[in-house]
Amino acid sequence: MSELDFSTTLGPAWFPTPVFTASGCASSGKELSQFFPLNAIGAVVTKSIMLKARPGRPTPRMAETPSGMLNSIGLQGPGIDAFLADDIPWLLEQNARLIVSIAGENVEEYSVLARRLRSIGGISAIEVNISCPNVENRGLVFACDPNASRAVVEGVRRTLGGDIPIIVKLSPDVTDITEIARGVVDAGADALSLINTVLGMVINVDTMRPHLAGKTGGLSGPAIRPIAVRNIYQVHQALPKTPILGMGGVRSARDAFELILAGASGISVGTATFSNPVTIINVQKELREILAAKGFASVRDAVGFAHRNE
Amino acid sequence: MSSINRHAKHITATVVGNKRIGQYHQILLSVGDIIQSTHPGNFVAISVGGENSAMILRRAFAISRISHRSDRGDGTMELIVAPHGSGSRWLCTQPEGASLDVIAPLGTAFGIPTAPAQALLVGGGYGSAPLFGLAEVLKSRGCRVDMILGASTASKIYAPIEGTRSVNSLKIYTEDASAGISGKVIDPIPGLIQEGLVDVIYSCGPMAMLAAISRIALSLDVVHQCAVEESMACGIGICMTCVLPVENSEGETKMLRSCIDGPVMDGADVKWDLVGKVVK
Repeated sequence: MSELDFSTTLGPAWFPTPVFTASGCASSGKELSQFFPLNAIGAVVTKSIMLKARPGRPTPRMAETPSGMLNSIGLQGPGIDAFLADDIPWLLEQNARLIVSIAGENVEEYSVLARRLRSIGGISAIEVNISCPNVENRGLVFACDPNASRAVVEGVRRTLGGDIPIIVKLSPDVTDITEIARGVVDAGADALSLINTVLGMVINVDTMRPHLAGKTGGLSGPAIRPIAVRNIYQVHQALPKTPILGMGGVRSARDAFELILAGASGISVGTATFSNPVTIINVQKELREILAAKGFASVRDAVGFAHRNE
Repeated sequence: MSSINRHAKHITATVVGNKRIGQYHQILLSVGDIIQSTHPGNFVAISVGGENSAMILRRAFAISRISHRSDRGDGTMELIVAPHGSGSRWLCTQPEGASLDVIAPLGTAFGIPTAPAQALLVGGGYGSAPLFGLAEVLKSRGCRVDMILGASTASKIYAPIEGTRSVNSLKIYTEDASAGISGKVIDPIPGLIQEGLVDVIYSCGPMAMLAAISRIALSLDVVHQCAVEESMACGIGICMTCVLPVENSEGETKMLRSCIDGPVMDGADVKWDLVGKVVK
């Protein structure tokens, strides 16, 4: 039997393995580097970086839920200047492949962020996060509005030209994910990240008030995996040529394989890293074994395999 | 390599003791050579509920005391656990011989004076636990160690006899007068400072207690190191849930992670009034 081709592509971007960190679940990368070398995985997806430094939402920011958790961080981060000065050079020193996630407060900010990143060598792709649920104004969730999401992606595409691939991260909290997906692909997205967290809420029955200071939060973890599978499946069916970076509740290689079968070309491990910092390494190792055991010659051959004969 | 989490290791620890003490469980873990890099104030993050548990997040526990087995370079860690939630209740049911998935040691440690000093250790509830390990180290460095512990009621005080060997004096305060002196543990602090009996305060307990001690320490110009407690999802600095507003040397307030920039912080730097509020 020939050797398994474990590499993958997201549009023009090539990666030696299909297993990535998830935005917002690896912080700056430094924290995880004690547990595994950052260049051992497909790529590090950074936290979503914004133009200005942001303190984020007040605490409590977290609630554990059955097989999941709610978070309400609110995009706390150092802002693009400090990120470019401190985080990016360090990550490049580690020889990590990088997908930089960006988030803007308005359409223009996304383009400004893209312009700042365009001249930085060594970035494999930009993830355009238009779907963070933890912003003060839910109107800012561009991914819930087809026109706003198109406008963001058109602006970033214009700014970047053809230099850096664009991956657009979508929200599952929409009526028809394929409509939003089609719009951003028409606007110039090379690939899609599916899915961001699902908006949720917990009320503390002792205090009889919302548990999170921000009241609502993003639900993640194994609890949302079926939602991720459904969204990936539907988008792959509608747009079979558009590569998908799949995420949502992956904590084992079998989970990752499920998302690949639904249509994902790459897999991000997010919340599972909180409970075990080396989950991503275990998933990567065992996914290779599963693909080989199922007789696939490459990751590519397994992508969307659940759709066969449809 | 970054300095963050630099001593942390992901290990399988064995439960070698689990004893109920009042409302709490004293759990003893055999942890191997990570004991060499474990200091008072550090904490552990433990997976709970077994492999297929719906509880996906680690639980963080302060390390109460450590003991070296000098001949082998390894040792044990003691945790004091209050069985309040489903995760800590699971941990308290683990028998001797059970294996636990542990990441340790994590977080900052209490700073130890370079010359012998008079240390006041203040604990609230089972927040007293890490102070006993600290007392041993302070005593071995020639410090005078006075300890005051408080709680709403006697059964919530954690003060094991073996732990009190390293302290020069111990006073208990309960709000319902069921043990020791009637009142709050912060009541005697200003007097002790004014009598010149305190060079440094170490504290661990509820946030309101830490805030009150910080105000006293600031107004009477005494160094105050406190171990904070915020709910955290990861314990290793990646989830950003356990943040506290802390002022840096430039006078800016930043949301710092209590897992990697804490749990031990300088009480004067924490902006207690802003905890749980929007920071601009």
